[in-house]
Amino acid sequence: MIEVEHLSKHFVVRRGRFRRERHVVEAVHDISFRVERGELLGYLGPNGAGKSTTIKMLTGILVPSSGRVSVAGLDPSRRRVELAKRIGAMFGQRVQLWWDLPLIDSFELLRHIYRVPEHRYRSSLERFREVLDLDPFLHTPVRQLSLGQRIRGELTASMLHEPELLFLDEPTIGLDVVAKQRVRDFLVEINRERGVTVLLTTHDLGDIERLCDRLLVIDHGSLIWDGRIEELKERYGAERTLIVDLEEPAPPLAIDGAVVERVDGPRQWLRFRGPAAELTARVAAAARLVDLQIGEPDIEEIVRRIYAGERVRD
Amino acid sequence: MVEPVVLWGRLVGAQIRSQLQYRVSFTLDLFGTFLISFIDFLAVLVIFHNVPRLGTWSVQEVAFLYALSSISFAFTDLVIGHLDQFPQKIRDGSFDIVLVRPRGPLYQVVASDFQLRRLGKAAQGGLVLVYALAALHVDWTVGRIAMLIVMIPAGVIIFSSVWVTGACLAFWTTDGGEFTNAFTYGGNFMAQYPIDVYGPWLRRFLCYIVPLGFVCYFPALYILDKRDPLGLPRVLQFSSPLVAALAAVVAGTIWRGAVRHYRSAGG
Repeated sequence: MIEVEHLSKHFVVRRGRFRRERHVVEAVHDISFRVERGELLGYLGPNGAGKSTTIKMLTGILVPSSGRVSVAGLDPSRRRVELAKRIGAMFGQRVQLWWDLPLIDSFELLRHIYRVPEHRYRSSLERFREVLDLDPFLHTPVRQLSLGQRIRGELTASMLHEPELLFLDEPTIGLDVVAKQRVRDFLVEINRERGVTVLLTTHDLGDIERLCDRLLVIDHGSLIWDGRIEELKERYGAERTLIVDLEEPAPPLAIDGAVVERVDGPRQWLRFRGPAAELTARVAAAARLVDLQIGEPDIEEIVRRIYAGERVRD
Repeated sequence: MVEPVVLWGRLVGAQIRSQLQYRVSFTLDLFGTFLISFIDFLAVLVIFHNVPRLGTWSVQEVAFLYALSSISFAFTDLVIGHLDQFPQKIRDGSFDIVLVRPRGPLYQVVASDFQLRRLGKAAQGGLVLVYALAALHVDWTVGRIAMLIVMIPAGVIIFSSVWVTGACLAFWTTDGGEFTNAFTYGGNFMAQYPIDVYGPWLRRFLCYIVPLGFVCYFPALYILDKRDPLGLPRVLQFSSPLVAALAAVVAGTIWRGAVRHYRSAGG
């Protein structure tokens, strides 16, 4: 569905007040990846890492400086209009709806812009009204909608022409928990039921964990991870935490293959690698155990480590 | 061929509905432009209060130029005047939205707004035209009537081309609105007067670079059956449609190049 080979984008900026010097900023540097039809893919990176620049090249908004891009078999910047019929895009912070008009009017206008046949439009809209619960505000001017309602409107707007591929740039930014969940449910629905390929940039690791099987991580313009989330956890978060409750408070346990991280009364936190069974046996031999639990590394921690400079790729 | 026009109608209709949401502000705007454009015409009268003729041009003849330039300009302003705000679209990145839709970007930008209140200016131009025609005793022939009908759309296309070219600057400077205004609003002002009153360099500029002389001056020479004070070839008097087509092609080419140069907003 998407093929990217050695893609780079640099911008020339002029700095300085009097003597304007040319600086070349490399927003995206030599990235390559493929996305298959039907994937739901997360694209993660800190601010300014090159996420949006990548998406803009994939949608044909920006012309790449070098490298090759193919989306749905088309070169995005040369066949932009043709591609636009087959993809949907939603940029969380940009409004694509008509601000002063009722939400339904925006949908009507988009139907004509995309030349969606009447009956397809009716059935799509019916579906989205149900899944995203649009009815309470369908006739409200967009400027009066809450953020959550507006985002639901934006999602519908970007799906009305039944695209094969959907780009979402920060779709859940600023939403409360309930609204986030609704957006996530919607994405799962269109991905599973309709087979829409979804590429999602986000800062919200919850989105990634609940939605995506595969993750791309970009930092300073370079792709530093491309793979399944479990793999990332295994490779990166190989260290887990064993939390033990002893019968009574004790000094930090000295156990082979584990480091005590923290002690709080009878409870101790041990960081370890490898299988938990052996370690548990060793702990049980060294002290009287009441209870234990194993903490898995969360993705937030992993990503923090990646950004901190621990490159995953060798 | 018809479908894009129908869609344009829908998009513009939506825009007008939006404007009518703020009804009082809209009405005030409409009358405001109508009244302000009369002050504009006062400037012409003030000049003729002090001099009987401007070169070989009488007050009625200048009123004729003024009216036709104003009408062409007002229609241009009506349809694409919002290109003034185009640099803002570039700066805040909302042009991105335009680029992910399956229509030409210029078409979408043009259809994205409609300055209905500019009708006030067109109405004023119409009134001045009625006055000028009543006072001038034009010797009407089929050719002259045809010229009068053709010169307004040609003028709209010439003004629009200037406007689009000016808007393209925003792709490089992300601003430059004032510089563009010099050619759009300033251009209207220039076209309202006979170009032979300007110095030779400015005159050449208005004939061959930014072809505003073709909006009114040359066609008016033909309609009013005046000898060209500049003694330029008579064929120029019939060239407005051709110049308009040429200007549109040039502006379209610059626009396409500019879109490819687009670099979007950060984030």
